[in-house]
Amino acid sequence: MSLITSPAGAPDQVVPRARTATYYHWLLLSAGVVVAVSAVRLITGQDQIDSAGSLRAAVIATCPILMAAIGGLWSERAGVVNIGLEGQMILGTWGAAYFTYYYGPLVGILGAALLGAIGGALHALATVTFGVDHIVSGVAVNIIGLGAAKFLAEAYFAGLDGGGVKQLTGLDRPASFTVPGVADGATALSEKGWFFVSDVASFVAAVTTNLSVLTVFVFLLVLFSAWALWKTSFGLRLRSCGENPQAAESLGVNVIRYKWVAVVVSGAMAGVGGGFLALVASSGFVTGQTGGRGYIGLAAMIFGNWRPGGILAGSLMFGYTDSLPLRSADTIHALLLLVAIGLFALAVWRFTRKQTTQAFVFAGLGVAFLLWFLLTDEVPREFSGMTPYIATLLVLAFAAQRLRMPKADGQVYRKGSAG
Amino acid sequence: MTALKRAATSLIAPLVAVVAAMVITSVVVALSGSSPLEFWSIIFAPPAPRVYVNIVNQSSMIFLSALAAAVGFRMNLFNIGVEGQYQVASYAAAVVVGAAIFPGLLNVFVGLLVAMLVGAMWAGIAGLLKVTRGVSEVISTIMLNAIAGILVGYSLLRFGERAGTTRRTTVIEEGSRLAGFTPFLERDGAIWTLALLAVLAGVAFSFVLNRTRFGFDLRATGMSESAAVASGVKVSRMIVVSMMISGAIAGLIWMPALFGAAYSYGTTFQAGLGFTGIAVALLGRNKPLGIMFGAVLFAVLNEQSNRLTLQSDVSASVVQITQGVIVLAVVVAYEVVGRRRAAAEQRAVTQKLQAERRQHEQEASA
Repeated sequence: MSLITSPAGAPDQVVPRARTATYYHWLLLSAGVVVAVSAVRLITGQDQIDSAGSLRAAVIATCPILMAAIGGLWSERAGVVNIGLEGQMILGTWGAAYFTYYYGPLVGILGAALLGAIGGALHALATVTFGVDHIVSGVAVNIIGLGAAKFLAEAYFAGLDGGGVKQLTGLDRPASFTVPGVADGATALSEKGWFFVSDVASFVAAVTTNLSVLTVFVFLLVLFSAWALWKTSFGLRLRSCGENPQAAESLGVNVIRYKWVAVVVSGAMAGVGGGFLALVASSGFVTGQTGGRGYIGLAAMIFGNWRPGGILAGSLMFGYTDSLPLRSADTIHALLLLVAIGLFALAVWRFTRKQTTQAFVFAGLGVAFLLWFLLTDEVPREFSGMTPYIATLLVLAFAAQRLRMPKADGQVYRKGSAG
Repeated sequence: MTALKRAATSLIAPLVAVVAAMVITSVVVALSGSSPLEFWSIIFAPPAPRVYVNIVNQSSMIFLSALAAAVGFRMNLFNIGVEGQYQVASYAAAVVVGAAIFPGLLNVFVGLLVAMLVGAMWAGIAGLLKVTRGVSEVISTIMLNAIAGILVGYSLLRFGERAGTTRRTTVIEEGSRLAGFTPFLERDGAIWTLALLAVLAGVAFSFVLNRTRFGFDLRATGMSESAAVASGVKVSRMIVVSMMISGAIAGLIWMPALFGAAYSYGTTFQAGLGFTGIAVALLGRNKPLGIMFGAVLFAVLNEQSNRLTLQSDVSASVVQITQGVIVLAVVVAYEVVGRRRAAAEQRAVTQKLQAERRQHEQEASA
């Protein structure tokens, strides 16, 4: 099963090599985004769209999605599709709650990783050792993860302080800190409402004020994953298992072992995401609190084209929309303008690359959003929740040819098949 | 291989899986400090009349759901979106039937038609995305599931009637309800009339797949796409059509409950049947008879586990672990059995070839 198949009937198109995104590109793109956001803020007068508080909530909403996506990256780079991320994440929420209750948040997050890793090991056992279809195994892992977390919660949390059959609240939180000097200045500057400067300041304020150590840990894990997968020989071998396992094996790589490691790490990452959800994003464990974030993580990974930078961008976008229901309806309405601007930018970019059809599609969508913005006064909150899913469908529909998944992703590999 | 032997080998995998799941569940129950023996005696105790009725009703819905998933699986399409399809379809049908545009039984037919149509259309989106844009149906149906949930939730909140603190669609009027059949006392509940849909769908599924050109094309595409193309099957059309059939069956899943007991879409809606269906389809090897056993097994586990809360200190959620393990174990068992069989066939062929070669050599030297 491959994630992106060439349309039946159409000849296989040559996938253009993903351009190496330089720091320059990213910087320019970020600056463009800030300018657009700032413009929308000034036009609509909705300071909430990027106030320090909003961005802080967005960062907190981003972390679980980001961890799930990074988990997906580890697994899929080694050629194993992991739609069991949701189940592994659920196991992580329970692990975090249990170990935090008895040993504090530091051990708690390790517990989340451990429980997630167990979910990953289950997936690895089925897919890598027994060669079961990856999707089938993932579905089963999700069922087991959900059932196990419910069962374990009823069995272990019912009699505890602050516990119940479906929850465990009042847990110790991981420490948080404020960067002295920077935070106050940035907060003051962000409240001035200046073009561009205040927007950058509010971002700085958001990431320096009352920052949880776990948030820092999550971003360190992302950096670590990017480094381990792309800058070490271990990572090269792991990725070779996802691209061409036969070739890897003929060069002496123990494909089965690498896949195992990748899938277990994948589960652990998703578990940490679940732990973050229980310890930082909310005030404890509740059954069903992942709410499909494992799937959003999967979407963020695809959106990010199986690369850490793209995953970070996708997760931030989805995290931001995830935190939107907390904002006022007017703020969500203001974002329609931002979406319209983004679509117009896409249309122009497509046009310069001589893809007129797509340019017109984007421009048309942009006009639709602009009209929606101009003709209505508010947007139902529920709609913002759809954003990650619709964005992913659109990206897949319009940019599938630009996406490049690992070549042997989702294929069952059997030892010795190199011949 | 004789028919008996073949039947025996195809039964081995599910049996091994169920036994493995029972062992693992027992370990889990024991680890949580309860008695596995007590647990299984509750699960396998003869059910009360009311539970019997529930098991039949639940089996019918799980069966429909598994059938929907199986249509896709038979041609290598992973319709993970059964969940979203039946949610959207159930809501649409409940709205149309609630509006009572048509009288009595005609309203029921219209409702079923709407459910099938909406389910087919929602699944069709994924099919179209696959053939025109090359988007994997796994990802698109997962996304469509989430969108379906949000869309229905929003519509219910916006257009639904107030019922206490929640919202629901307009209640179906008396004439369009289907009371069902009460095998025991009135208070034990009724077997819903539309549970018969499961039987009809199962027979139709079996007939279409095994006795028609379309069914042959579908199975051929599932086994070897290149071979199907070579024999003139239009694969992209097959993908869209079978995705839509899958969605249409999915649309029927909750209909027995809607007309038999719930009468409106609201808090009474039973979510999660879509994922159960996928599990049961895998367990039943995508064949109606196998699915039937799987559906009954899952329904028994679900319904009997309700008694756990009253009669023991074991959490009812443990059967979810059992169900997940059954699915995982059954696919692993099929994989292992399949490999063994392939290896045995290979050995047999090699031996035969060697024997022939030896014979040739002897003849040549003689």
